[in-house]
Amino acid sequence: MKEKEWSDKRYKTANREAWIGVGLVIFNFIWWFGFAYGLGSKSPESYHYIFGFPAWFFFSCILGFIVMMALTVFVVKFFFKDMSLEAEEEE
Amino acid sequence: MNLEAVLPLFIFIVIVFMIGIWAGKFVSRSDSFLQEYFLGGRSLGGFILAMTLVTTYGSASSFLSGPGTAYNEGLGWVLLSMTQLATGYFVLMVLGKRFAIVTRKYKAVTIVDFLKERYQSKWVVILSAASILIFLFSAMSAQWIGGARLVQSLTGISYLTALCIFSLAVLVYVVVGGFRAVAITDGIQGIIMFLGTLILLVAVIIAGGGVSQIMHDLAAENPNLITPFGADGSLTPAYVSSFWVLVGVGVVALPQIAVRAMSYKNTKALHRGIIISTFVVGFIMLNMHLIGVFGKAVLPGIEIGDTVMPELAQQVLPGWVAGIVLAAPMAAIMTTVNSLLLMVSSTIVKDVYLNYIRPDANNKTIRKWSMGATAIIGVIVVLMSLQPPDLIIWLNLFSMGGLEAAFIWPIILGLYWRRGTRHGAIASMLTGVISYIIFETFYPQPFGMHSVVTSMLIALIAYVSGSLLLKKETVST
Repeated sequence: MKEKEWSDKRYKTANREAWIGVGLVIFNFIWWFGFAYGLGSKSPESYHYIFGFPAWFFFSCILGFIVMMALTVFVVKFFFKDMSLEAEEEE
Repeated sequence: MNLEAVLPLFIFIVIVFMIGIWAGKFVSRSDSFLQEYFLGGRSLGGFILAMTLVTTYGSASSFLSGPGTAYNEGLGWVLLSMTQLATGYFVLMVLGKRFAIVTRKYKAVTIVDFLKERYQSKWVVILSAASILIFLFSAMSAQWIGGARLVQSLTGISYLTALCIFSLAVLVYVVVGGFRAVAITDGIQGIIMFLGTLILLVAVIIAGGGVSQIMHDLAAENPNLITPFGADGSLTPAYVSSFWVLVGVGVVALPQIAVRAMSYKNTKALHRGIIISTFVVGFIMLNMHLIGVFGKAVLPGIEIGDTVMPELAQQVLPGWVAGIVLAAPMAAIMTTVNSLLLMVSSTIVKDVYLNYIRPDANNKTIRKWSMGATAIIGVIVVLMSLQPPDLIIWLNLFSMGGLEAAFIWPIILGLYWRRGTRHGAIASMLTGVISYIIFETFYPQPFGMHSVVTSMLIALIAYVSGSLLLKKETVST
């Protein structure tokens, strides 16, 4: 591995965006787990229903999908930068 | 069989076939055959990128076995399947621009190319090529059999004829058109999968008398069906959560997925790709598995899980619409086998033949070998599928976990961690794969989780300690 391959100015942005991806997954997991087992662990007789679905399922899987979708659009639009991906022309 | 339903299916196969052949003209035009044939000339736009990513990943398991399991387990299995939402954004964000930049610097065309340049080690190349060949070959056979079985069950023709039709349709355009043909047909088939699941979901909800009614029916049959814990309460939170690793973040290490993260044109394509793939993967997975759950209330008593979706479609939809909807699982299988086929052939041609046997081959030879290898591998898989083993989902999941355990750290840490060395990579691949096979065989679900989690942890320890302890050549070149 050559030295210059580790020192590219573009990596700073790229690394930040990769961390955003990790952050999104962690948030996604907490949302998904929290609603599913937080609301779904009681007995089925006492479930609340939203649009016909048990509340745990609605919040965890359906709303969770919508929220993740919105978050993904948000971070891509506002935090992801356009840049050239090509290997530098010089040398 | 019913002709009304079969006709749209065959029209669909013919259309895909023709588009594949059309895409083949790029191959003959291109000045760099390898880049074009195995990577589509790094020119994918956002939409095609997203579609080829999602469809390569969404295979027979998500379209046949998945709904079948959801049918038996209830909403708990939909919860489990939603762990796959992460693949939509995670793969492209985490490999991301850095992977695109590095692979362009390396002029890498395959994942093994990337690993070879990064670690400069023959053993890394051999181990990674071997894991790809073994695991992807078995995954591909399983999918191939699934495709033939589907044609068989839908049309009523014999397994052998079904296998020939299916193979011919896929093989010819992949051999002639390469990666671009695969990606473009993936785009079309992705739309079919998207619409097919939507139509079927709506029809099933109507047939079941609305969501409330269906939930009521399910709860009356077995209250566990509407809990997160599965039909007999055996889906524990730890087990279900471990699928975040197997089918969520771990997917980043599947070579057929990771190679797509170096095929896009520019950052604009990447950004669009992230948004579209998140939407499409979430939408398809949610709908597909809900169809299975709802199906239990609409059409109880189906014995074989894999037939739930075809039977439902024929029950609740008019014949010709069912034909269009059933093109969806067909598409799911075709889009997976076409990518796997190309992946296996690129491994043989680019990573083995060109690296070690004929590094000096000219363009014409490479071309002959690439197309020849693709065709021969295809024929071998077809021959193997003549005596099909059962348990599609098992084979499929086995190869998935094995590849993830082998590649996750060599790819991710190789990309981001400067001190990672060839020793770490070799140790990580060996311990990852071996421990995974041992766990799966003798001690499934250590700590209540899927064994891929433990194997990945062991592989991580091996990577880090191998890199730090055996320092000799860290600072070479």
